[in-house]
Amino acid sequence: MTLHRITLNDGADLDGFRRAVRRLIADELAPQHVIFTITDEPDLFGHESEGEAPPVSLPRALGDMIGLVVCHRNPERYALLYQLVWRVLNGERELLDIPSDPLVHRLDLMARAVRRDLHKMHAFLRFRRVGGEHLERFVAWFEPEHFILEAAAPFFVDRFRSIEWSILTPLGSLHWDRETLVLGPSACREDAPTEDGFEAGWLGYYESVFNPARVNPKAMRAEMPKKYWRNLPESAAIAGLIQTAPQRVEQMIEQESTMPTKRKPERALDAMWDQEPKSLSALNAVIAEAGPLVPGATQAVFGEGPAHADIVFVGEQPGDQEDLQGRPFVGPAGKLLTKALKEAGIDRDKVYLTNAVKHFKFEQRGHRRIHSKPTAGEVKHYRPWLMKELALIRPKLIVALGATAVLALTGKQTPISRSRGRAMFGDVNGYITVHPSYLLRLPDEDTKRQAYEAFVADLSHIRDLAKADLKTGELPLAAE
Amino acid sequence: MDEKLAKKLRILADAAKYDASCASSGAPKRKAGPGELGSTTGAGICHAYTPDGRCVSLLKILLTNYCLFDCAYCVNRRSSNVRRAKFSVDEVVTLTLEFYKRNYIEGLFLSSGIIRSPDYTMELMLRVVKALRRDHGFRGYIHLKTIPEASPWLIEQAGLWADRLSINLELPTEKSLEQLAPEKDAASIRDAMGQMHDRIAEAREEKRRFSPAGQSTQMIVGADATTDAQVLNASATLYRDYDLKRVYYSAFSPIPDASTVLPLKAPPLLRESRLYQADWLLRYYGFQVEEIASGGENGMLDLEVDPKLAWALKNRHLFPVDVNRAEREMLLRVPGLGARAVDRIVQARRHTTLRLDDVARLTSGLKRARPFLVAADHHPQKRLDREDLRRRLIEKPEQLRLFA
Repeated sequence: MTLHRITLNDGADLDGFRRAVRRLIADELAPQHVIFTITDEPDLFGHESEGEAPPVSLPRALGDMIGLVVCHRNPERYALLYQLVWRVLNGERELLDIPSDPLVHRLDLMARAVRRDLHKMHAFLRFRRVGGEHLERFVAWFEPEHFILEAAAPFFVDRFRSIEWSILTPLGSLHWDRETLVLGPSACREDAPTEDGFEAGWLGYYESVFNPARVNPKAMRAEMPKKYWRNLPESAAIAGLIQTAPQRVEQMIEQESTMPTKRKPERALDAMWDQEPKSLSALNAVIAEAGPLVPGATQAVFGEGPAHADIVFVGEQPGDQEDLQGRPFVGPAGKLLTKALKEAGIDRDKVYLTNAVKHFKFEQRGHRRIHSKPTAGEVKHYRPWLMKELALIRPKLIVALGATAVLALTGKQTPISRSRGRAMFGDVNGYITVHPSYLLRLPDEDTKRQAYEAFVADLSHIRDLAKADLKTGELPLAAE
Repeated sequence: MDEKLAKKLRILADAAKYDASCASSGAPKRKAGPGELGSTTGAGICHAYTPDGRCVSLLKILLTNYCLFDCAYCVNRRSSNVRRAKFSVDEVVTLTLEFYKRNYIEGLFLSSGIIRSPDYTMELMLRVVKALRRDHGFRGYIHLKTIPEASPWLIEQAGLWADRLSINLELPTEKSLEQLAPEKDAASIRDAMGQMHDRIAEAREEKRRFSPAGQSTQMIVGADATTDAQVLNASATLYRDYDLKRVYYSAFSPIPDASTVLPLKAPPLLRESRLYQADWLLRYYGFQVEEIASGGENGMLDLEVDPKLAWALKNRHLFPVDVNRAEREMLLRVPGLGARAVDRIVQARRHTTLRLDDVARLTSGLKRARPFLVAADHHPQKRLDREDLRRRLIEKPEQLRLFA
């Protein structure tokens, strides 16, 4: 039988190889009857006139391997790959699961070499800036070992999407104009810029991070082989660093330790630990500066009331109205709370009202912003601020309105139905009741009225508790 | 880049280099959208290597090396006479962006000496990170050194912007910490690590972003009398309690203008390398600290052979192991077989019976593995019991690979 010759283009001719495999498999040509040759005159004869053969279905792992190995420089790559394809399609479907097979092992090594080359191109390519003040453009010259230019491109597009750049290599070039990627002809080193304003700074950085006491050039060369050095600006420093390392270390070891030239900064040291905010307004400034955890809120909504109120009410988070006005409990639920407080004989202006979460979180539905419940992680994110707020106020009694407040105050999830009533928050007396918005959500009027009465009863109880001279753990027995 | 900035960069890079960590791994894969700059690849990229064999992946700098703390081992302690400098927020932003655009780095590793107060310092660092992320659409990697003495809400903030957070434990025992780092306090370090751990876990559950690449720490080796077993016990506790991604070991190295209370000698690099190997055994090979320690003497690892080989030599009765039949757990204990090689052995033997040549294609450590292995055409026979086995397997020092 005569040998069948397949001619493929120079470089990584994945399309040509795919077409050839389809043809060869359709014609049932075994690897020993095929030779692959490579031409650097693309499409001299056009494609084979016999037309496209039907596609061949291959295991995915094999497809991945072909994609990598066609980029390898070794001219035997197509023949080796075809051997593998042939065996997989002729009874050895699971061949790729046997990495100890000599052919699989060899192709594996080739695939790894290509992957490493790609990785090193991503790592060691250096851009230099060209163009004037306003138009930023970057150009790099790189010499990959294998035919990886196209395979390397997506990385640079994903990373440097918003800048214009070109990558020049002896095996073709890439050009990105912030929208499209164009493959260009081969280039030479002289086409690339030779200077960049930040290179000296980078060299200085490279020299400074080197620790002469750990000198180990072999480990460096294992990961950054010499073949890459000529295109790496920092390699200019390598020889000098190695040469001077021993004497630098000797100097450090021999140098007598010196006395501090500055005296101990006693006052600065005393002041150092005095760092926490000392007033509610200082704390609020910190919260405002931090910004919302979930984007969208207009502003942070701080607590409101006397700085040393006896009772602190903790709600969930500001709602739509609160977010716009920048004050807590001014929306429908807040109005209901104000009314209930009044009925229970509590003056809203004499208590402190705040929320577990300081920013409004919502879902936009048309023109409406629908309240969306904070997650446990979000509540805990705001918790240190709430704790600090309470520590500054030092109230006699803390009232948790609803489950989110309980979570914020205790760090634990507890349903209101089970915990309603007196509680301890740390070593401060507390009380757990529902959030007024719960009352607004109840469907029928009867339940609503009953729930409202129970809420007012809770508030009356809270009023009595706060009036009594409470000491930790010594709660007066009040009517349930 | 102007002279003054270049000078500062030299000082503040030099001051940061004793932090061993430079990894840019573990972040979720990200791409730059329109108008944004930067991406993360998952595995991380080392953009250069210095002649100490260490990788340069991130722009690793201090915001300032002025410091109120006086930790004896630290080049930046307040009583040292090293040159001092301080970056402005804008300078760090510019350096990060310009270095990134030239493909020098994967992102920023920002740490700082403590100036004015821990909170003040942490707030400055946060301003840098927020400016990069919010004002410049920077999507590259950011590692933030967390100051454990800072207020808890600042740690909450840090996790929102950084890919990785870390607090250096530096010294594995409370006693050493007390002696060598008077301003540090083991309890606040643990509290901060605990807080970060809780928040990382919650955010993962809620599919939110909080330090997605987890947290890491560093311990200095050879600055005091702590044994390897004590160091490894500290690591095992950190991995277990705080789910740390990495513990870095840093051989105490001579520094300019060193303190008198510490040994000034060549850094114990071999010891550091053995600790990294032992650390791997803890995390990926199912070893306990006691088992690893039993391979050496008096709580110190054997410097002549790697810790897995040291353990195997003292437990020869458990070998040889049959590559064609042994459980994965036992294969992982064979010297010279890495976790990847073991996976490939387990995969291949489902379809074929492995001979020694096959094993040679699956691992590069066959020389060490051979006396402990049985293959279809190989049995070590009495070789395993030979007195001189250890001597024959001692690697020449230059063959040591450093993990750091």
